[in-house]
Amino acid sequence: MNGNSYISLYISNWVIAISLTIAFLLDRIPIPIFLEKIRPDLVLVVLLYWVILLPHKINILTSWVIGLFLDIGRDTLLGQHALAFSIVAYLALKACRHIRLTSIWQQTLFVAILLIIKQILIFWINGIIGYPPRDWWYLAPTLGGIIIWPLIFIILSDISYYFQIN
Amino acid sequence: MSILKISFCIVLSILIMTIDHYYQYLHSIRSVLSIAVYPFYYLINLPNHTKDWLGKNLAERITILQENAKLHENQILLNVQLQKLATLEAENRRLRSLLESVVHSSEHMLIAELIAVNFDQYRHNIILNRGEKHGIYIGQPVIDQLGIVGQIIRTNFLTSTAILITDINHAIPIQINRTGVRTLALGTGDLKELKLLHIPANEDIKVGDLLVTSGLDGRFPRGYPVGIITKFEPSSPFANIIAKPIANLDRLSEVILININKCLYYNENYIK
Repeated sequence: MNGNSYISLYISNWVIAISLTIAFLLDRIPIPIFLEKIRPDLVLVVLLYWVILLPHKINILTSWVIGLFLDIGRDTLLGQHALAFSIVAYLALKACRHIRLTSIWQQTLFVAILLIIKQILIFWINGIIGYPPRDWWYLAPTLGGIIIWPLIFIILSDISYYFQIN
Repeated sequence: MSILKISFCIVLSILIMTIDHYYQYLHSIRSVLSIAVYPFYYLINLPNHTKDWLGKNLAERITILQENAKLHENQILLNVQLQKLATLEAENRRLRSLLESVVHSSEHMLIAELIAVNFDQYRHNIILNRGEKHGIYIGQPVIDQLGIVGQIIRTNFLTSTAILITDINHAIPIQINRTGVRTLALGTGDLKELKLLHIPANEDIKVGDLLVTSGLDGRFPRGYPVGIITKFEPSSPFANIIAKPIANLDRLSEVILININKCLYYNENYIK
């Protein structure tokens, strides 16, 4: 029994790392300019799935580090995504017990609110450093995130069910 | 407990952001971390490279021969033009020495490949696969075959970041080629628009006029094409002028970095 849980711990670490790596790659892959405006925050969506499923493993500090790596990858102000990710992870941690029991549509609503909070934080910081938002398009990535969340949720649920991560 | 963690994260983030925005201390950390991210860029571009490689290796002999013939022809034509250019350059230098002005020195070119683009709302950045190792410096002009693309704003060891001329925080000093009127072209956050500043409504400007760099900033060499005027609306006190960048900013795959050895076109008389 003990050995089994060790193995599953080991596997779950790898699954989380690989899913985040793939999300990171897909986040940086070039897409047509007109789609760029609604490009979802894939890394955050995948991260939120793991925060909600495994709050004891993926916590605020992990999210902070992942946000920092995204800052390097997207070449934004260092600490910007780290701040937004840690705050969003904190809110998700607070609500994860309730959220896990709700239906996928209610979850989507919850994730949408978190994504909007993240987007507002990012643009708040951007406004301070000289890139103020001019129109409502800056909330468009949230729309992409809402569209992609059920998809990510189903894929990652299947994967975590297969590897018995819970 | 989690309150403690989140407070720690918020304070640390604000600290890092402040340092990153106002000072240069975090440069080495960013440089080191960017090396860690570099394999990701390599992986992202792998399908593209494989496609190019396959295209090159699996092309038919006849296609290659045709392409070769075309390139050869092109090279002859370019060489002929270059002959003329050499005389013109010599003449130009002679005239400038008569006017007692300093002639610009040689410009060293380096080709770089794009490894990522950051086009969110108003921030237009591209990441290039050349860094400090290849002698890239901050402020280095970036062009493509058609015209000015932008300039380097950040350098890492293996990569560097360039800001495009259409970024909302970028301005470039330009000159209208036909009349010599000098002004600034500001980025608007739209890849197809530049805005021209402080031109009186009665100035002689037509739609279709070519904008070239004026070289007054000491960064961009003089005379490179920047854009073409697409809209001219006289209004008071200054005209409302929109130009379109000449470079293919939304379809960049390779860019050229110009390394200017010190001096640009400037008149010694101004310095005295």
